[in-house]
Formats: sequence, C-alpha cells, structure tokens
Amino acid sequence: MTQTLTRRRGATSVPLARRTGPRGADVRAGYTFLLPWLLGFIVLTVGPMLSSLYLSFTNYNLFEAPKWIGFDNYVNLFSDDRFLQSVQVTLSYVVFGTPLKLAAALAVALLLNNATRGQGFYRSAFYAPSLIGASVSIAIVWKAMFGDNGPVDQGLSFFGINLGGWVGNPNMTMPMMILLTVWQFGAPMVIFLAGLKQIPTELYEAASMDGAGRVRKFVNITFPMLSPVVFFNLLLETIHAFQIFASAYIISNGEGGPAGSTLFYTLYLYLRGFSDFRMGYASAMAWLLVIVVGIITLLFFRTSKSWVHYSGDSR
Amino acid sequence: MTTTKRETMSSPTAPALAEGQDNPKEYNPKADSRSAKRLRAVVFNVVALALVGVVLYPAVWMVASSLKPNSEIIGNPALWSENFSLDNFVTAMDGIGGVSTAQFFTNSIILAVGAVIGTVLSASVSAYAFARINFPGRNLFFGMMIATLLLPFHVVIIPQYIIFQQLGLVNTYVPLLIGKFLAADAFFVFLMVQFMRNLPRDLDEAARIDGAGHFRIFGSIMLPLMKPALISSSIFAFIWSWNDFLGPLLYLNSPEMYPLPLALRLFVDQTQSSDYGAMIAMSVLALLPVLLFFLIFQRYIVEGVSTQGLKG
Repeated sequence: MTQTLTRRRGATSVPLARRTGPRGADVRAGYTFLLPWLLGFIVLTVGPMLSSLYLSFTNYNLFEAPKWIGFDNYVNLFSDDRFLQSVQVTLSYVVFGTPLKLAAALAVALLLNNATRGQGFYRSAFYAPSLIGASVSIAIVWKAMFGDNGPVDQGLSFFGINLGGWVGNPNMTMPMMILLTVWQFGAPMVIFLAGLKQIPTELYEAASMDGAGRVRKFVNITFPMLSPVVFFNLLLETIHAFQIFASAYIISNGEGGPAGSTLFYTLYLYLRGFSDFRMGYASAMAWLLVIVVGIITLLFFRTSKSWVHYSGDSR
Repeated sequence: MTTTKRETMSSPTAPALAEGQDNPKEYNPKADSRSAKRLRAVVFNVVALALVGVVLYPAVWMVASSLKPNSEIIGNPALWSENFSLDNFVTAMDGIGGVSTAQFFTNSIILAVGAVIGTVLSASVSAYAFARINFPGRNLFFGMMIATLLLPFHVVIIPQYIIFQQLGLVNTYVPLLIGKFLAADAFFVFLMVQFMRNLPRDLDEAARIDGAGHFRIFGSIMLPLMKPALISSSIFAFIWSWNDFLGPLLYLNSPEMYPLPLALRLFVDQTQSSDYGAMIAMSVLALLPVLLFFLIFQRYIVEGVSTQGLKG
C-alpha cells in the first residue's frame, strides 16, 4: 500500500510517465475494466476445471453425491473398447484430415497468389465452406450426398467405382469425414495467402538472379518465410480437429455408428456424460483430452525451433 | 507457382515468370511473351473456376435439392429439374414437434443478438484493460487468456452443466448467453487487444493531459476507433451463435425453446430420411442468414480472418 502511495506521489509530478509503474487509479481502473473477463475466467473456466478434475476421481451421476474412487476412471478408460475406438477414430481424423486440409489450403493459396485479377472473388468463394462446414445443415447435406444412390455414389459409379453409400459403410465414413474437413480449407488458405503477401519480393529477385528454379524458391524462400503461418495453422487446426462434434453427431444420429466408425472422442464424452450420466468418467475423458492437447501444443512449440523461421519483421 | 505479382513487375529480365499479370503496359516485354501471359491467365482462371465448381458443388446441390420433389433428390444426379417448386419450403416452414419454423428462427435470432451484444460489450472492455491500462497481474492474466484460446472447452461443460442445473437454469437461455457477457470467448478479447495495440498511444495521452479518466478515454476515443474490430467480432459472434449445436443440445429440452440447429436435429430424428426434400429445405433456411451475412460482409470476414491469423 505504501509503495503504491509513493508511486502515486511520484506519478503526479510526471503524470504521463508510464515507466514509473502503475498508479493507484490505473490499478483500480484496470481491474474494473477486466472484471467481466476475470469473473468469467474464475466462474466459467478455472472453477469448472478444478471441479471436473475432482469429479474425474469420483463416481458421479448428477443425482447422488460424488463418490471418491481414486484413479479408477482413468484406469478403466484403457480397458473400455468404445473409448479406445473413439481414440482411434479421432486420431486417424486428426492425423490424416489436418495435414490434407493444410496441404489443400497451401496449394490453393500458392495458386491464388499468382492471380492479379479476381483474387478477391476466388478467396471468398473458397472461404465460404469454412463458415458453414461445421453446421448441422451441412452435416445433413453431407449425409444425403454420401448416402446410397446419392450424387457421390452415382458419380463414382459412372466411373465404374461401385462403393455404394459411404454413410452406412464403416470403412468409408472416415474418408467422408476427412473430406468434410478438407472441404473447409478456406480459413487456413486465407491466412496462408496473407502470409505469402508478406514475403519480400527482393528475396525472389535475388534467387532469380542466382538462377534458382521454382522448386528451389519454394524450399528456400517461400516455405521458410511462411513457416510461422504454417505453425499457427497447424497448431490451431490440430487442436480444432480433436474437438469435432456437431457433424459427427448428426451424421451418426448421435450414436457414432456404423460400427463405431464415427465415434469421435467428444461424441463419446457427450454420450457418457449426458446420456449415461457417468459424469465422473466423462470428466476423466475431458481431462485426458486437455492433457493430450497440452502435450501436443508443447511438442509443437519445442519442435518449432528447428523448422519455424522468425525473421525480425514478420512478427 | 511461387512467384508473386510484385516480383514480376520489378523483374523484367524474367518475363517467363510474369504470369497472370493483367497490366502488360506497365512493363513491355516482348510481344510473344505477352500472348504467353494471356494464355497463362486463361489457364489460371480455368483451373481456379473448376476448383470453385468442385468446392461449391455441395452448396449448389443443397439448394437444387431443396427445390426438387423427393423422388428426384436421391438417384438423380442432375442439378436441374423441370419439377422445381417451393413445396419443400412450404413443408419446412410448418416446423416440427408442434412448433413453427418461424419460432425456431426467432429463438436463433434472440440467441445470436444476445451473443453479439454480450460479446461486444464484455470483450471490448476487457481488451481495453489488457491493451491500455498498466496494472499488476496484467501480463499473467493475459497469458492465461491466451491459454484458454487453446483449451478444449469440453473440460468445463460438465461442471458448468451441474452448476446451471443446481441453479435451476437448465432449459433457459442463461447458460448459453452468460459466457458471452463475461468475455468467455477469448478469441474476441484477443482480436480486440491486437486491434487496440495498433492504435496510437498519443491519443490516450493527449486525453489524459486534458484530464480524461479511463472511462472517458475508452468511451469517447477507443470505442469509436475500434469500429472495424467491433464489426468483425459482431459478425463472428452472430454466425458462431447461429451455428452452435452443442450448447443448445446440452441446455435446452423443450422444442419451443430450440434454435434452428436443434430443430433440424429433431426434424432428422422424426422424419428419418422419409422427407429428404423438406429436411434439406430446412437446412437451406437455417443457413440463409449466414450466407446473407457472408455476401454482405465478406470483405470484413475474410480480412478479419487473414489479419487476426497473422498476428497469432
């Protein structure tokens, strides 16, 4: 308190010096302005996080008091076939879907970066699916398009590929879901495109002088200069992919079928928590997800040092 | 493929790289390279348009199917039909479960408008604290705010549900809106902080010399200047609320409270593909406001994505 007072006195003589540290009025105003976020952070994030951590060590069905069972939920997860299946489904979706989506985004961004006319139109057209792709409406459309005799089935049959409907075929639901996420490549593409515009053209000129071809230029200039954007997209899209819910719910009628092939992690979590009311178990699943996402984020940041190139001005 | 427009403009020594350039007068390479350039532009546009066709096909198929009779939706890959009619929309407007589709629309609008108001108010105020006020704990809280950007929110939904259930707030809009008024979506706070940091400091300091406090500075200087950030935030808050499925699924159980995504699910459950036409027509109706928003505000939306993305 005394410290604040002396600082305040000092501050009145030099009212605009920001280096002198916070003034009492600033502290008060700071916390007043921060109040909505701070309240939300404590009541809606930190509190519930701690509470679900506690619940993850209990048996809780919403109606009786939670019963402490130690690590049982976590141990039981690993002998739960449906859980293991949800992990496998989600991982294959993340591991194949995200890189494919980003590759599509980068390829189209590179293509559009050459355009001088109509770039705005193409950018908007490719972005549109990102805005609606996760909606219930599109999930319904996807289900109809990939169903028996739907346009996808008929189109493939025309080329002699008779797969039947993808929706009912456990081997084809994952490709279908991956196509749904790749279809939404527009959002990372827009970010790539903005990144490409930041690359100084002198670099390419110098490379041209040295006789570098397109591949050399991509490997030695474009990719390194774009790597912070690649990193950003990769991190965000990966974390996002773990959390897919609405599309999986609608396409499988909320059951994760056929044969568990669309039983995504969050869908299983929802089913456990809100239709079986095994809330302790679901909390353990939620915390495991947080831990896994945390580890992945950390690994991304660790490995980024070897491939993400930060030049002074790209920040 | 890695060349850029500006490069081609300033390197006339490499005319072969000058692709897609539509302004050949500025630099005048040899005539034959000009026609090569035109050819490249044509090739680019053909490839890009073909890609647009593929990407927008599902949307076009959706609209076409919503206008077709049921018998022609599945099993007839042609987009055009001679039997186009609005019958499916008439059926879709009847609604489901004794609730009209107009009611679902109203519910969606109430939720989305509430989300916009809450988000704009709470995120702008919080962002001002992070961007413009110097107080102990600021950097710590800022770091925590960023961390919540990456946090899978599934870790909070169970306890949140328990809290709202015990407060008797399940089947009201309170659980769906309260987070918006408490800046729980860190994305918006972050977006506004980044925007505010680019506004010149001199403005605040001039106002301070004139004796203005933080409330005056925020209200009469910052807010008017933040209009672009407020607009992008409003658009995204609206669209995300409009498309939100998990929140309403958790908290709402009477159909007259349902927003459109839940109504759609009810529709799917009850009709079970017997009436594809009406189902798809309702899907179109549910997306209509989002598509309208996109057509009107596409600049704001796409620019918003590209700038906030880069600042990450």
